[in-house]
Formats: sequence, structure tokens, C-alpha cells
Amino acid sequence: MSAPAVHSLWTTTAADSIGTIPSPHIEYGQISPVLIVAGAAMVGVLFEAFVPRKARYYAQVILAVLGLAAAFAAVVALAADGYGSASKAHIAAEGAVAVDGPALFLQGTILLTAVVAIFTFAERRLDPAAGSHRVDSFAAQGAAMPGSDAEKAAVRAGFTTTEVFPLSLFAVAGMLVFPAANDLLTLFVALEVLSLPLYLLCALARRKRLISQEAAVKYFLLGAFSSAFLLFGVALLYGYSGSVTYARIAEVVDGTVQNVDPALAGTMGNDALLLIGAALVIMGLLFKVGAVPFHMWTPDVYQGAPTPVTGFMAAATKVAAFGALLRLLYVVLPGLTWDWRPVMWGVAIITMIGGAIVAITQTDIKRLLAYSSIAHAGFILAGVIAASPNGISSVLFYLAAYSFVTVGAFAVVTLVRDAGGEATHLSKWAGLGRRSPLVAAVFAVFLLAFAGIPLTSGFAGKFAVFKAAAAGGAVPLVIIGVISSAIAAFFYIRVIVLMFFSEPRPDGPTVAVPSPLTMVTIGVGVAVVLVFGIAPQYFLDLAGQAGTFAR
Amino acid sequence: MSFPYLTVTFALPAAGAIVTAAVPAARRTAAKWTALVFSLATLVMAAIVIVRFDPGGGQFQLAESHAWIKDFGVSYDLGVDGIGVALLALTALLIPFVILAGWHDADPLEEARPNRRWRPTQGFFALILAVEAMVVLSFEATDVFLFYLLFEAMLIPMYFLIGGFGDRAHSGGDEAAATQRSYAAVKFLLYNLVGGLIMLAAVIGVYVVAGTFSLTDIAHLRAAGDLSMSTSTGRWLFLGFFFAFAVKAPLWPVHTWLPSAMGESTAPVAVLLTAVVDKVGTFAMLRYCLQLFPEASKWATPVILVLALISIVYGALLAVGQRDIKRLIAYASISHFGFIIMGIFAMTSQGQSGATLYMVNHGISTAALMLVAGFLISRRGSRLISDYGGVQKVAPVLAGTFLIGGLATLSLPGLSPFVSEFLVLVGTFSRYPVIGIIATIGIVLAALYVLVLYQRTMTGPVKATVQGMSDLKVREVVVVAPLIALLIFLGVYPKPLTDIVNPAVHQTMSQVDRTDPHPQLEASR
Repeated sequence: MSAPAVHSLWTTTAADSIGTIPSPHIEYGQISPVLIVAGAAMVGVLFEAFVPRKARYYAQVILAVLGLAAAFAAVVALAADGYGSASKAHIAAEGAVAVDGPALFLQGTILLTAVVAIFTFAERRLDPAAGSHRVDSFAAQGAAMPGSDAEKAAVRAGFTTTEVFPLSLFAVAGMLVFPAANDLLTLFVALEVLSLPLYLLCALARRKRLISQEAAVKYFLLGAFSSAFLLFGVALLYGYSGSVTYARIAEVVDGTVQNVDPALAGTMGNDALLLIGAALVIMGLLFKVGAVPFHMWTPDVYQGAPTPVTGFMAAATKVAAFGALLRLLYVVLPGLTWDWRPVMWGVAIITMIGGAIVAITQTDIKRLLAYSSIAHAGFILAGVIAASPNGISSVLFYLAAYSFVTVGAFAVVTLVRDAGGEATHLSKWAGLGRRSPLVAAVFAVFLLAFAGIPLTSGFAGKFAVFKAAAAGGAVPLVIIGVISSAIAAFFYIRVIVLMFFSEPRPDGPTVAVPSPLTMVTIGVGVAVVLVFGIAPQYFLDLAGQAGTFAR
Repeated sequence: MSFPYLTVTFALPAAGAIVTAAVPAARRTAAKWTALVFSLATLVMAAIVIVRFDPGGGQFQLAESHAWIKDFGVSYDLGVDGIGVALLALTALLIPFVILAGWHDADPLEEARPNRRWRPTQGFFALILAVEAMVVLSFEATDVFLFYLLFEAMLIPMYFLIGGFGDRAHSGGDEAAATQRSYAAVKFLLYNLVGGLIMLAAVIGVYVVAGTFSLTDIAHLRAAGDLSMSTSTGRWLFLGFFFAFAVKAPLWPVHTWLPSAMGESTAPVAVLLTAVVDKVGTFAMLRYCLQLFPEASKWATPVILVLALISIVYGALLAVGQRDIKRLIAYASISHFGFIIMGIFAMTSQGQSGATLYMVNHGISTAALMLVAGFLISRRGSRLISDYGGVQKVAPVLAGTFLIGGLATLSLPGLSPFVSEFLVLVGTFSRYPVIGIIATIGIVLAALYVLVLYQRTMTGPVKATVQGMSDLKVREVVVVAPLIALLIFLGVYPKPLTDIVNPAVHQTMSQVDRTDPHPQLEASR
């Protein structure tokens, strides 16, 4: 081979091929909710640097709430523009993000959940003031070792970790992208953006800091594993299809693909890659929703994390992760339905039964709620498995109904306190109904909603997913669902018995009177329980209209 | 649009519950009167419903229909047939007596008031009214889903009534009483919740099969032959429904929650439970099991009749053996529920008319007996039969009313339960003679447990514990006298009730596609 010929293997004449590289076409308007939240988070970081310490708390709270509210307004504007309907839904930002019904519905849910969760973050009336400074649920200074002099000094100086607000905004930004991600890399990036701030937030409890840090380490390690699984799955799926975009992978799965890249033709369509890759990606998502057998982190993390963070995590992360799971199963893998369905059946069954049974033995209210959230993940999976438009909208509805109630329930947990901070051991809740009838009644309402008693949001949600599942042919799943509901009812009822029918203990906890912030959070929870329970039609319509994915 | 009679009948107690709950903590008496006034207003409304109801008219009268949750195929459909009207009337009638009988049951002890917001009295009466509202609406609902919602939701206020309020004095002390009470309440709730959740699966199944929850629509579909329910599907769904109703009714072997729940709760709550709430179970067997699944109902009849028979004899035998007055009445009720279920599934018009009458009469007679027993227990703070003796010498009015309540329970001719028990037995005998004969054992045993109870507590030498016991007070007489009057009136002249019930029973029979065997006596006319 002559020298020029060899040379031409790796060079080429410039004039021919370097044209103008087209700049990516980004529809800023359509992804504005994400941009607003991320922008607010960055402004929050600047606030940390430049706003005086005294004014920081107020500046951060106002910024966070305004940012979330503005993002919600953007979501509503997009929905009003018709992006939620099947005709106008489309893929934005060069195929990275979908703007469609499920994405907008879930983004709206996440944003509103985040607003009420931020209210509990900002609550400063529960913990006794350190000197003249009122404090919230977060450590005075995350970097100060628990029990060290540095910590004492930080507490004395009245430091508060206002960084939690930008951190939670970053997490929200990730959560907004997660259910809308339309290619696997965006999915992964969104997962990391939502997870990393959460790991940090988990470690920042003011009381019981060691447990909190332990929870964060556990969450981080297991979360890192699951991220690695997901990333590995992404790589295998790329090997299978030669692309990371959902639409392209779906085409390859369906066998309708055109213009195959010759370099990838060899591995393309290799079913082993597809099955293993899909399984790994689904595993990563199931970890985030806390489905059995990927649930091990849930009780420890829910227990150790500061309770406002637990509420936020339990509600918003679950919404985002189920959104991503739905999109993956319904957009990328519909051609694989017959393969994933039996597996998901198994996961849903052990999640429902496992969550309900293990919850019975719990003695800590936060762990109990953690296992209850696992059982709920199982119910939601039953709707996911329906593999029908009804299945999608029922899951959307369930998530909306569930998230506010969860945040509300954890907000109630923050109120019941004794000298050591929150009194989360169940025995301390004995007789709460006598001491503080109102708080106990509100918590009972939340528990009844979790138990799925008719005329509460929990029942409407459960009915929606079970109906979709039964119509989709998953009758045994529905039967197991109602049986595990009955088991679950037992431990919810047990807490109610404890609160109302037991004598109060002399050394029992007191109930702190919260500021209007937490009251709003709890009030929203109660309102959602009643409205979704008694007159859910509007929200069912909304979820029904939002039930079509763009492809 | 015509006046929404049925909605108002349900909304009155519901509003009453809210208003009563909102009465300030210190105004306990005001709360009681509020509750009583609302329950009386409901009674008036129920009377108006009876007057507006035309026994010869269509199946579901005074119907109302509004869209509710379109996505679930659920609408707010109301309507009453003769059976519904009769039970509606029973409920509206009994609640004022329950409230009056429980006048002092929820007064907080002064030393046991943890804070000023603690107001059990308001809660007690509000919960009673809440139960009434849900029971009333469940008798009116003609939408399977709406009925299911209420069937489940009424457990919650009932649960708090059982677990939260017990008899003042208890032999084992307050601590033990609270433990037993919360055990009874949890047992009640779990049994019924499991039943209800299994029914939920069947309710979803009905929707998947029929695509609607409306009873009328389903009947139309069936008449037009458009209901594609396979035999086995129908049977499974029937079992799902029947299980829930059997727990609620309760039928042997899922009856064990009733004695503990009735034993631990106060007498008015026990009356509310057995005379009102449990009737929803037997009512639903007639309304839902038979009308939705006629084929499966016929298929399951032999087994159900045997279970009913066991309930009758077993309940009566255990009642004979009880040492606790309230548990005795509870087991007697299980025996009576056996009769009701037997009457329903005998599938004859006498049987079903008898069963419906039985529901009403059992409600009145149990209320009379249980409330007097409650008055007796509140005087000595003991539920044990052996703690009493010779009461009739010190409190003759109490003893006399107790005797009449007891005689009604054993179906003495001349008192209204006799009519219904007779009809049930005749109706069963005409199709299943052997079962009818065995069931009469229940009557014999009823005489035994009632008379022995009376003999041990009321006759004989006056025991020391009973010395100086006061007789019935005016409030208590006001509670008992009308019930006894009603027992006698309906015993002598049951026609007003049978006129309302019979057409509805024939309607049900024709939907189940059953006709009476043999040329027959004209039932109860």
C-alpha cells in the first residue's frame, strides 16, 4: 500500500467534510421547569456564599418556594398548551427529554410535593432554640464531628445548615428529568443528580447524628451499586441497539429498525445483551422505588435520615422513579412485555407481601412507615404490570395520592417529641389520642389512607391500580394485593389502637406546636386524603388525559 | 327534579355527626341533645320515605342518580325497594333509643381528663350518628361500588365505638378492661376488613365482567343476555361477596368476633352493632348475592343452608352455656342470624319475607333485651349472671321489661319475632323439610337460654349484691316502652310490614328465577 493511501486511512482533506457543526436545538420553553429549579438551586448556592448568615434562612426558603412555584407554573403552562395530550406531546432537546402527559403530570406532582416538603425543612419551632437562635431539623454544621467541640461551638454560634435548600432543589431538578428522560444517558445523569444531594441530606440530622450518618453511608453505598448496575445495563443496551435513545432501542426491539450502523451490526439484535441490559436497568430503578428484593436500604435510611428529608425522599423519589420505570417499560420495552411481565409479577408479589409482613414486627414509627412504603411500591407495581393506558393513568393517580399523604405523615412524626428529639419508638405513642386528640386524629386519617379504607385517597388509588391490573388479566395479583392489604391493615390499625385505646405513659412525649409551615404540609395531606377519597374524578381525568407517552 | 328524600335521610345523621362533634368540650349535655334531635329528624325523614314509598310500584323507588367517579364507572345511585325501606325504618327507629340509652355512657370521669380538649361524649354520639348515616346510605345505594365503600367505611366509626367506650365498672379493673376492649375492637375490625377486602377483589371482578356498577344496568344487561359471565366466574365472585357478608352477618364459622365485640362494648353500642350494622350483611345477601349471581346462589344454597343450620344450633347451645349476660345475647343473635340466612337461601317467598321481617324484629327484640340488660349491668357493674338474683323483687319494672325482651327473643307467639320465625321455618320446610325440622331445635334451645337467664337473674332470693337496686328511671322507661309496644303491635298485626316487604321479595325471587314449590298458603297476608 502506498504511503498516501495509508495516510488517507486516518486523514482526509479538510475542505470536504468539516462543514458547520449544527448547534443542538434546545426547546428552552419546554424544559423550563427543570431549568427554573436548577437555576434556583444555583442561585441558592450563591446565596450561601454571599448572603449574610442572618438573612440566609429566609432568603433560601423564599427562593426555594418561589423557584418550585415558578417551575410548577411552567408545568401548568405547558400542560395548558396541550403538551400533555397525545397530539402535541413530543421529544425535546435533541431526543433527550420527553414533554408528554406522564412527564408533566409527574413533574407537577413532584414540584408540589417538594413545596410541602420544603415547608417541613423550614420548620424551626419544634426543636428547642439553641440560645437565641431557632433551629430546624438539620445539623448545625455538617462537617463538625458528632459530639466534638467544633459541633458544640457551631451549635452555640447558632449555625444552621441552610445548604439543605439548594441541595433539595438540585435533587428536585434531577427528579424532574428522571421521569421525562428519553435516553438512557439522560436517565443516568438524572439519577445521579437526584441521588447525590439526597445522600448528603440524609446525613444532616440535628439529633441522633451517628444514625443519620450511618444511614447516609448505607444509602450512598447501595445507591452507588445500583447506579453501577444501571450504567452497566445502559452499556449493554447500547451494545444491543447501537443507540441510547428510547425510540431507537424500541425500534430494534420491535425489529423495525432502519439505517443500521455497519459497525454495530454485529452485536445488534443480540437478545442476551437486551435481556441482561434491560434487567440491570430495571434493577437500578427498582432500587430507587424500594421494591423487594432491592429494598434493604429503605428502613435504615428512612429511620436515620432527618424526618423531613425522609418524607421528601419517600414521596418525591418514589414518584420520579416510578415515572422512569413506566417510561422504560412502556416506551422502550413494550416489545418485551412477555419477558418482563412474569419477572415484575414476582417482584410485585414479594414486594406487597414482604413489605406488609415485615412491617408487622416493627417498633419504630419511621421504620414502620418505611415498610409500609415498600408495600405501597408493590401495589403501584401491580398497576405498572397492567401494561395498558389504564395502567399508566392509575399509577399516575396513585403516585399523586400517595405522595402528599406520605409527606404529611412524616410531618406528623416530627411533632411528637421528647427530650431526645423525635419520639419515634412506637411505645411512646401510646395514649397520644388522649393527650393530643387532634394530632392523633390526623395521623389516624393518614394511617387509614395508607390502609386503603374507603373514602380515603388510599382506597381510590388502590382501586384504580387493582382495576387496571384485573382488566389487564392479572387477577391473581389483585387477589394477593387485597390479601396483603389486609395484612397491612393490621399494623396500621395497631398504631391506631396504641394511640387511642392505650393509657398514656407518664414519661410520654409531648406534641410540639408547629409553625404554620408544617401545619400547611399536614393540612395539604389531609385535604388530599379527603378530596382524592371522596371526589377523585377531576384527578382521575387529569391522570387519564396524561396517560400517553410520547415516543 | 323531585325532592331528594333519600339523600336527605342520609345527610341528616351525617350532618348531625359533624355538628355534634363540633360542640365545645364543656357542653356535654348540648352535644347529647344535638345528637338526639338529629336522630329524631332522621326518623321523621324515614317516616316520610315510608309514606312516599309505593309497595306496588317499581323496584327501586325515590331513585336519585348523579355521576360520581366516571373513571371507576361509579355513580351516586340511590333507590329503595321494600326490603331497603323496612331496614331503613328499623335503623332510623333504633338510633334515638340507642342515643337515649347511652345518655351517660360516655361522660368522662372527672379525674381522668388529660386535657381540656378531650371530649369523649361528643365523640361517642357523633360516631353513633356517623354509623347511622353510613348504614342508611348502604340500604339506599343501588350501585355496587357505593355500597362497598359504605360497607367498609362504617367499620371505622364502629371500631372506635367498640374500642373507645366500655362499661364503667369492670370486674378485672380498668387496665384489663381496656386491653380486652381494644382486643375486641381489633378482632372486629380485622375480621370485617379481611371480608371486605376479599369483596373488593370481587367488586373489581364485577366491573371487569359487567363494565358498570349500577344494579339496574346489570339487571338490564342480564335481561338482554349481554352479560358474559361464565358460570365459574360467577361462582368465584359470589363467594367473594358472600364471604364478606357472612363475616358481617355473622355466620358460623366466621362469627367469633361478635361475642367479644358485643361483650366488651356498652349495651347501646352492642345494639348498634347487632341490630343495625349486622343487618347490612344479611340485607346485602338478599340484594347483592341473589340479584347479581342467581346461578351461583342456587349452586351454593346447600352449603349455606348447612352453615346456617350450624349457626342456629351452635349459637343457641353456646348461649345456653354462657355466664356473661351480654355474650349470651350475642350467641343468641348468632343463632338468630342463622335463621335469617336460612330464610334468605331457602328461596321461597315465605322464607325471604320471613327473613326480612326477622331482620326488623330481631333488631327491635335484641334492642329491647340488650338495653334492659345494659341498664341492669350499669347498676351493678358486672356482666356475670351469677352476680344477680331476685332482681324482680327489688326492681319489678326492670325485671318485667327484661322478661318481655327475653320472650320476644325466644319468639313467643303474640310478639313480633314469632311471625318471622314461623315464616322462615315454613318457607324452609316447604323446600327443605329436613333442614326445617332440625332448625326447630334452635327454638327449643332459645326457650332454655332465655328462661334460665331470667330465672337466675330475676327470680329466687334477693342476693346481697342486688339489695337496694333502683328500678328503671324515666329515661330508661322511655327507651324500653316504645320498643315493647312495637314488639306487641307487630306481633299481633304485622300487615303494615309485610305489605311493604312482600312485593320486593317476589321481585328478588323472580330475578333469581325461583318459584315457590307446591301450592301454598298465601304468605302472611
